Amino acid sequence: MTAPPIEIKDLHKYFGELEVLRGISTTIQQGEVVCLLGPSGSGKSTLLRCVNRLEEATAGSILIEGEDITDEDADVDGLRTRIGMVFQQFNLFPHLTVLRNLRIAQRKVLGRPTDEATRIAEEMLERVGLSDKIDEHPSRLSGGQQQRVAIARALCMNPDMMLFDEPTSALDPELIGEVLDVMRELAEAGMTMLVVTHEMGFALQVADRVIFMDEGVIVEEGPPNEVLRNPAHERTKRFLRAIEVE
Amino acid sequence: MYGLLGLVVAAMVFFADWEQIRKSFFNVEIIKSMFPEVVTVGARNTIIYTALAFALGIVWALGLALMKLSSVAPYRWFATAYIELFRGLPALITIILVGFGLPLAFGWSIPGGTLGKGAIGLGIVAAAYMAETIRAGIQAVPRGQMEAARSLGMSSGTAMTYIILPQAFRIIIPPLTNELVLLIKDTSLLFVLGSTPQSKELTKFARDVMAAKVNATPLTVVAVMYLLITLPLTYLVRKLERKAEAEKR
Repeated sequence: MTAPPIEIKDLHKYFGELEVLRGISTTIQQGEVVCLLGPSGSGKSTLLRCVNRLEEATAGSILIEGEDITDEDADVDGLRTRIGMVFQQFNLFPHLTVLRNLRIAQRKVLGRPTDEATRIAEEMLERVGLSDKIDEHPSRLSGGQQQRVAIARALCMNPDMMLFDEPTSALDPELIGEVLDVMRELAEAGMTMLVVTHEMGFALQVADRVIFMDEGVIVEEGPPNEVLRNPAHERTKRFLRAIEVE
Repeated sequence: MYGLLGLVVAAMVFFADWEQIRKSFFNVEIIKSMFPEVVTVGARNTIIYTALAFALGIVWALGLALMKLSSVAPYRWFATAYIELFRGLPALITIILVGFGLPLAFGWSIPGGTLGKGAIGLGIVAAAYMAETIRAGIQAVPRGQMEAARSLGMSSGTAMTYIILPQAFRIIIPPLTNELVLLIKDTSLLFVLGSTPQSKELTKFARDVMAAKVNATPLTVVAVMYLLITLPLTYLVRKLERKAEAEKR
């Protein structure tokens, strides 16, 4: 039996005196798409960033395919190549063309030869529908295009799972759809995904499970239809009502 | 106010001894006698000292900047102490220390004559200034760049080399060019190290001709030489700064 992609066990995280994660436990199964919902400050982004150790957990553990990434001796760089990460602000490398953005980690981390890295970059760029932008610099692309390039860049490493940290929150409304489409295709192709988002439509249609967090704990989790249409907890109801009013 | 200024200028023009000024500062015979050596020896050595000191300085400055940003406290302490020390001292003191202090203390002297001692002395000082510039450049690169690089599996060294530093250096090219201009002028301090006829830089070259001819014209000549080197660079800085300003918009 293979270990699940992500297994979070009693995770605690402090920023100084403030406890932002107060005992989170959950397991993400192979091929599962999980959306993390909750008000800002609920700890969902921090939880996501702990999974690839951009934030250090204070206590508890996170197993990536059975290996504890929070361990002092963990091969963090090696584990991170298996975890694709997409940021709210895209974070493309502005001094490199799209092709070089997609190639640099393949070359310097995986040691792939240039022609192989180029071939994979072209393939991933086609997957996100941006083959014609291969020689552009990121600053010449729209926000939606930049985010699709960022997804392609992560895919070039052949990750076993993908983390999305509010991938559409920095986008103009008319550019959100193209990014969500790419993510939907990725989900349909069987990618394991953990997504922090405010897009309820995406969560309803694509997620296998949603986790609602508030004040550093998981309030409730389950299939999106149950949690979003018929929440069990008063806190979840209030959050969903507030979003609908928007 | 301007009327008064005009009057003063007019008086100076009227009372100045133009013949004396011409003979002392623009003596054509002396100007002719300085060529071509003022270029082939003086300017050449000034440029060589500057280039070598800058090359040594920037490599050492990069090391200091990375130490200053290190998570290891003793590295930070060392870099801070170094930078404060050599920015606080006159450059001349450091050059004398390298040129004469070390040989006196240890009976060992840096090889390479004026070039070796001078480039190292100036490089030590320039590194202190440039380290702060490089540190500021590294910190001006958004934090998300390092996070994106690390999340692709890059080690911190790989991320620094291929992602952060190329962006940081683009940001600091204008201030670094300013450091280069300061360094060109500071090579005039190297006269204290003594020189052979072949190792004189511009200022020492001028002083020797002044002494020989008992005339101030060589000062005019080397002043023009310095400006020929520094003005294009300061012009370049202004252009780069304007370009960076335009890119921000």
